[in-house]
Amino acid sequence: MNKNPKATSRRDVLKTVFRQAGFLGLGGLSWGGLVAETSANELALRPPGALTEEDFMKACIKCGTCVEACPYDSLVLANPEDNAPAGTPYFEPRNIPCYMCRDIPCVPVCPSGALDLKSISADDNIAEVEKLEINKARMGVAMVDKDSCLAFWGIQCDACYRVCPLMGDAISLEYKRNERTGKHAFLQPVVNRDSCTGCGMCEHACITEKPAIFVLPVELASGKVGDHYIKGWDKKDEERLRNQKEKQQKEKKSAEDYLNDMDGLIDD
Amino acid sequence: MGNYSSALVFDWFYLTDPHAVLQTLATGFVIAIDAIIGAVIVLLFYALFAGRSFCSWVCPMNMVTDLALWIRKKFFKDQKNILNVNRKIRYWVLGLGLMLSAITGVAAFEMINPISFLHRGIIFGFGMGWAAVLMVFLFDLLVLKNGWCGHICPLGAFYSATTRFALIKVKFDNVKCTKCWKCKVVCPEKQVLKIVGERDGFISSGECNSCGRCIEICDDDALKYSIYNYKN
Repeated sequence: MNKNPKATSRRDVLKTVFRQAGFLGLGGLSWGGLVAETSANELALRPPGALTEEDFMKACIKCGTCVEACPYDSLVLANPEDNAPAGTPYFEPRNIPCYMCRDIPCVPVCPSGALDLKSISADDNIAEVEKLEINKARMGVAMVDKDSCLAFWGIQCDACYRVCPLMGDAISLEYKRNERTGKHAFLQPVVNRDSCTGCGMCEHACITEKPAIFVLPVELASGKVGDHYIKGWDKKDEERLRNQKEKQQKEKKSAEDYLNDMDGLIDD
Repeated sequence: MGNYSSALVFDWFYLTDPHAVLQTLATGFVIAIDAIIGAVIVLLFYALFAGRSFCSWVCPMNMVTDLALWIRKKFFKDQKNILNVNRKIRYWVLGLGLMLSAITGVAAFEMINPISFLHRGIIFGFGMGWAAVLMVFLFDLLVLKNGWCGHICPLGAFYSATTRFALIKVKFDNVKCTKCWKCKVVCPEKQVLKIVGERDGFISSGECNSCGRCIEICDDDALKYSIYNYKN
């Protein structure tokens, strides 16, 4: 019986299309998986003025101009084996901290906007050199591990306090009576999370083998209260809720129907 | 300051990789004007004048693939290709990369780009990125002739697609041609030399990267760089 030649070639075309689609899918999934895996990193400390990590990863074009602009060689471009997506700039405070240059040379040279000068200017709308405010940077937040900090033992170390560029503001010393000796005071470092820029000079200066004060990215070191709770004694706290979007109710039931709704209450 | 992804020239303007900017735009991020201007400058230069010559004259990966090609021609002269790969898949890689950029929210090709590992490694110091460069070298040497540049690299595909009508192209004079075919032997993108031995004209395909090997090897002076005559 003669096979219709047209039918065979149509089948071949379909076979080829499916095979090619398969290769495309295979390649796309492995490539996409690799990209998703390597870009999902919350540990890196970014240069000052960096957008949120999600936007930063979209924007950073991995040119290294900020790295070359840094006069202290704090910034490095990540290699594939580092704790940051390859090619993106980050710094390790224990190695070389950010020295908080007043003229912030790393930010204006960024071509893509991954580093935003407006976020670290005094006036949010203008980015002039005179209005730069490095203290507005939020590269991270310093945290103290009380178990390894010698100041909590009773030794009067104040290294991190002294080297902090916002000494007395971002970090302060709390005096507490040393009950064990009865005649000494603890000088306990306390970080003010609202002022700390995350420069890491404290981590760099810490005298312990592994620093007892260290900088973590803000997202990683933060919780979120949400809108279920309000400080009733603080009128200003209402402002926090005023901006919350009202969750839309999908069904408008009467209160009685809502209370009598047995949906999901008992497993049958 | 900078590298091939973006560089600040004379503290004045930027030159930016247009393919990288395109991937960033694909993620939905509105990239800053400096990068856009930089990308437009580079793209206009190649699209109006220089064609795909980034690939043969500027790209650092070219040194690696040329080395593999040279070793191939010297030591593995008669070896058949292990893979038979269509040269069009680089366009699929280009499209797939842009789609993945939109889905994953990062410039998908730039995350794995061995060219970037190479130039960042040269400028800032190599980490494990050398492994990706070595992979390209071994692929070109052992698996597929002109494998990276001719079949896979989406940056080459991007330039091929966008610089089709550039002014500087190779011109072929059929009268002088003695049909020795030496040009076809040395050409890394043989398919663009369709008109050689057939008729006068220009090597008009966007895939010709203006490397000039054909011009150099032709003993009959039948090939030379010229200004593209659009009427042909």
